[in-house]
Amino acid sequence: MSLIITQAQTSAAARRTSVAIEAVDLVKAFGPHRAVDGISLSVQAGTVYGLLGPNGAGKTTTVRMLATLIRPDAGQARIFGHDVVKDAHRVRQLIGVTGQYASVDETLTAAENLVLFARLLGQSRREARATAERLLEQFGLTEARNRPLKHFSGGMRRRLDLAASLIATPPLIFLDEPTTGLDPRTRAQMWDTIRQLVREGTTVLLTTQYLDEADQLANRIAVIDRGRVIAEGTPDELKSSVGRSSLHLTFANPEDVPRARAIVEAALGAQATPSPEGRRIIAPVADTSVVPDLLVALKAAGIDITELGVQKPTLDEVFLALTGHEAETADEGESA
Amino acid sequence: MQQTAFAVIPARASMATALRQSLTMAYRGLLKMRRTPEQLFDVTLQPIIFTLMFTYIFGGAISGNSQNYLPLVIPGILVQTVITASVVTGVQLREDMDKGVFDRFRALPIARIAPLAGALLADMVRYLLATVLIFAVGYLMGYHPRGGLAHVATAALLVIVCAFALSWIFAFFGVVARTAASVQGISMLILFPLTFLSNAFAPVNTMPKWLQVFVNVNPLSHLIAAVRSLANQGQATPDIAISLAGAAAIMFVFAPLAVRMYMRKA
Ligand SMILES: Nc1ncnc2c1ncn2[C@@H]1O[C@H](COP(=O)(O)OP(=O)(O)O)[C@@H](O)[C@H]1O
Ligand SMILES: [Mg+2]
Repeated sequence: MSLIITQAQTSAAARRTSVAIEAVDLVKAFGPHRAVDGISLSVQAGTVYGLLGPNGAGKTTTVRMLATLIRPDAGQARIFGHDVVKDAHRVRQLIGVTGQYASVDETLTAAENLVLFARLLGQSRREARATAERLLEQFGLTEARNRPLKHFSGGMRRRLDLAASLIATPPLIFLDEPTTGLDPRTRAQMWDTIRQLVREGTTVLLTTQYLDEADQLANRIAVIDRGRVIAEGTPDELKSSVGRSSLHLTFANPEDVPRARAIVEAALGAQATPSPEGRRIIAPVADTSVVPDLLVALKAAGIDITELGVQKPTLDEVFLALTGHEAETADEGESA
Repeated sequence: MQQTAFAVIPARASMATALRQSLTMAYRGLLKMRRTPEQLFDVTLQPIIFTLMFTYIFGGAISGNSQNYLPLVIPGILVQTVITASVVTGVQLREDMDKGVFDRFRALPIARIAPLAGALLADMVRYLLATVLIFAVGYLMGYHPRGGLAHVATAALLVIVCAFALSWIFAFFGVVARTAASVQGISMLILFPLTFLSNAFAPVNTMPKWLQVFVNVNPLSHLIAAVRSLANQGQATPDIAISLAGAAAIMFVFAPLAVRMYMRKA
């Protein structure tokens, strides 16, 4: 009987939820420090959602609350309609978690790790071995199958970690900084893997410190700073709030900066931001063809430029634009 | 793939599932042991050295010669070694829990008790290893227990079961402590007096009266006495029942406590 009730509840929850994650005002404090200070999120099923923020912003803490690893101090979160605190066991059956730090067993081999997790998830010995082989193949780890993880490269570990999250083919995957510390080639491979997952219908919540990564992968992005969501939207919305690309100008004389700023703002028709060290200004450019005229105007005003560049927006600029302060990575003593 | 969200999702793991998952976790423990044999020193080299040292140093003084000392000291060293090995269970559990892989265990839809029970079950193999080695070394030194193989095996089983029960105390410390070193510290502080202020190495009647009082209530003295009468005389004494009752009481208190604290942290 309880089975029928469960089924009814679950499908009712599922019908309600084309929403994979619904978090409201999540708070987590470590001592007096509020690592997560009222984060709300809504993630549609079948999409990739990016949590973008610098080191120490509270991304990992948010993911750990959503993945039932730590309890929120306040607020609520539901995964496909199931409460992460009251219904943790059910939530765990719907998620795969790839933490920021390797969550596989160092002393075991790649194959042993996968077989172990598959066995824990209820597969028979035969099924578990087949699952392990399939995933090792899929993630290009077949040759390393019998090597203890100690001898794995960072990229191999990451791939195994992701493979281990996919054993039960969960409908929602958490990826905490999946490419931090990887070389560009391995990063591109990881991106392909994530895209493949999404094509198969998996919902992905991904955290990253790189705007380009969120841009490449995510349907929507929440920018996180000091435990709060400071901006939310599609990558395009986010980027257009800071300009598609930005012009970086460095001047020989700091005294020229205010005058230069006025000229730049007039030429580009957008607000320019002086950088804190006082010699540089950064301004969004929608159309790079106006840049030569701008340079001529600066030259005519007698302003010396020592450096000039056009850059795609970086997380730092998004931050500067959104918060008026630079992304802080002061919290290096990060623990989890 | 999306269907998973629509299927029937149980709210908790059943007892049978919990047991199966615990055994899978125990299997993991055994794999780890095979990969890091140096972590077995305390149940291999150490008991061999202790047996040799104690027998040849104290044998003459306590029992006239080392041969006569063997029936007294082998059960003593056995209990001391195996019980001390159960501390390592807690220490290694703490170290293990600090690793990233425990995050994955916590996020898996498995019984919460499985990672703990698995670690403790796997360690019974360590206790067995120590037991076999100590009896073997004793045998080579001339200890031929008159109780016979069946009674020696019963004694060994008794010690291993009691160590398993006791390991729940150290598992509890392992779960609540901040560092592995502090688990080691607290545990040794408790075990050192328990193992030495017992009948393990010398006859109780040679000790001062006030000490005899403690030694006689020390549960380890009962366990050692039970092992001695089983192995040396082939007799089952009430000490067996006392030891088992103590073991049951410890498990009754500490197993739920350890699991609850583990869940609170998870
Ligand atoms: N277990 C913990 N104990 C104390 N402070 C913590 C703990 N985990 C995280 N913090 C702190 O909370 C803040 C947010 O951390 P985290 O969520 O890891 O950020 P991110 O993943 O965005 O880098 C940081 O200041 C970090 O030092
Ligand atoms: Mg992090």
